[in-house]
Amino acid sequence: MTSVAESLGKTSVQPGPIARLFDWKPFLIVICLLPAVGLLTVFLTYPLGLGVWLSFTDTKIGRDGFFVGLENFASLARDPIFWLSVFNTIVYTALATVLKFGLGLWLALLLNEYMPFKALIRAIVLVPWIVPTVLSAMAFWWIYDPQFSIISYFFKDVVPIREQNFDFLGEPWPARLSLIAANVWRGIPFVAISLLAGLQTISPSLYEAAMLDGATGWQRFRYVTVPMLMPVLAVVLTFSVIFTFTDFQLVYAITRGGPNNATHLMATLAFQRGIPGGQLGEGAAIAVAMIPFLVAATLISYFGLARRKWQQGESND
Amino acid sequence: MASVDIIDAAKSFGAVRVIKGVNIPIGDGEFVILVGPSGCGKSTLLRMIAGLEEISEGQIRIGSRVVNDVPPKERDIAMVFQNYALYPHMTVADNMAFSLKLKQAPKSEITAKVDRAAQILGLGPLLQRYPRQLSGGQRQRVAMGRAIVRDPQVFLFDEPLSNLDAKLRVQMRTEIKELHQRLKTTTIYVTHDQIEAMTMADRIVVMHDGIVEQMGVPLDLYDRPANLFVAGFIGSPAMNMIKGSIRNSSFETEKGNHLPLGNAPAASEGRRAIYGVRPEHIHLAGDGIPAEVVVVEPTGAETQVIVKAGGDELTCVFRERITAKPGETIRIAPELKVVHLFDADDGRRLSA
Repeated sequence: MTSVAESLGKTSVQPGPIARLFDWKPFLIVICLLPAVGLLTVFLTYPLGLGVWLSFTDTKIGRDGFFVGLENFASLARDPIFWLSVFNTIVYTALATVLKFGLGLWLALLLNEYMPFKALIRAIVLVPWIVPTVLSAMAFWWIYDPQFSIISYFFKDVVPIREQNFDFLGEPWPARLSLIAANVWRGIPFVAISLLAGLQTISPSLYEAAMLDGATGWQRFRYVTVPMLMPVLAVVLTFSVIFTFTDFQLVYAITRGGPNNATHLMATLAFQRGIPGGQLGEGAAIAVAMIPFLVAATLISYFGLARRKWQQGESND
Repeated sequence: MASVDIIDAAKSFGAVRVIKGVNIPIGDGEFVILVGPSGCGKSTLLRMIAGLEEISEGQIRIGSRVVNDVPPKERDIAMVFQNYALYPHMTVADNMAFSLKLKQAPKSEITAKVDRAAQILGLGPLLQRYPRQLSGGQRQRVAMGRAIVRDPQVFLFDEPLSNLDAKLRVQMRTEIKELHQRLKTTTIYVTHDQIEAMTMADRIVVMHDGIVEQMGVPLDLYDRPANLFVAGFIGSPAMNMIKGSIRNSSFETEKGNHLPLGNAPAASEGRRAIYGVRPEHIHLAGDGIPAEVVVVEPTGAETQVIVKAGGDELTCVFRERITAKPGETIRIAPELKVVHLFDADDGRRLSA
């Protein structure tokens, strides 16, 4: 390095070889990108690649597998439990997303109005999202308990309108809806806080202009709020769909896929088959089967909602 | 079209009284400009007329109707906002048509009105563009188009030109004035720029600290400012003001120099006063007061010179080109007919 220092001192002398190397653009690009590419490769590309590779093999725990082509997928296609899990995942994602966005938007609109203790209320709203999922799952497990459920207690003993306990998790549809309710509870804060951020970017003078133009409250919502919120909504929707579609913790902690596989999502079934069941190849195949659904959902929300003509072009305000 | 009457109107935000009871009658078809420094309450008053702020005390009438409790959309007014408030997700045509669509006007009527407004403002080729694709001046025009389409009783403008560059501002000033001459709709316009006020208004209302300082036609305000505030606010560069007192029909400054007075107000001998003379009313005169040149600022059309006369700094604007250098002495004299005298205590105008 002394040569570099010396050459910097004397302006007439050519820079040393190291200095010249660092001035060479291709070298700089490689050096700067290397850490990021390295991290992505080790922590993202490798596990994903391994998962995809496993789905084409008959690997079991403790035994290296052989390449079997599409055999895993072919057997899944004939597997009613797999198709049940696909059905469950779609129902779970669709219902939970609709409810999360309906309630989340409503909550965001409320929080956007003037109210006392606004900062405190906003902080409280975030709680369901901050609590570790497994903790809240255990809370819901108790709430849905066949014997000790607080809801059953309320309707049996406090307001005696029922004679029996609710059977939340024992029947397919009640179990599915109970899980959806838990997921909605957990997912609302993310939607509400994100949409609130979106709402706050809408200039108040737009509402004033609309008010003078004769718009009623509903019309201001319909013609100003909704279109202005669309870009944020699309991004939040995409994330929410991905999170919900790949949900694992809530279901696994509350029902483990029961009763009789009625609440298995693709993610829980993949884990069930792959790890406790030992069929790594088959589990990986179920997980890989989620990819097309996710890509489709992302593309639809991105192209359908996120890109708006009025957003394009240069802007200076 | 309608008259607007502001009667003893006041506005408080909590304990802070930002408008302290103002009375402004505005005639049908008049172009009135509310002007004043930032925070004087002019925008708040405009928003009270629009119905975007509640009226704490007093009354506002549009036509013969008291509108204190009338919601904004029923007041039949249109407002142009400082940031234009165009709906970014609608084309220019949709922006202008929005209010008519809400009224469920027939399509043919909407098209006719939008086309007419577009033609008045030269927006024809831009109708299918989005606000993002427009320049500042074009957006400004769309905002006005949105107001024109409504054909309201009153136009309200809230500092509409302050986001434009200087050249465009001059051009839009003319356009807005032409528009008013053409449509003859009662217009209330808020600005902090006294040049805008002077050039456009039928009548100016100068506001300061929530009260009306003076109301009148532009040249009246320039020729006969009612008090020190108006004298200092209207006119650019600002009026020179020198403290002193009236002695022997002339004005003695605090530093002991004498300035000529045309005709001193009656019974004012010895009274403490402020001597006001506009920079453009100071002329070069061979027998004038000697003054040392401090700075010379030629603008081409005229020359602005800052001089020191008897310890007081004065700004002068000469039509002639001044060749004097800083440090040299020139002789100047105020034009006696247009010298203003104000009371030193309450700032009110003394001279007739």
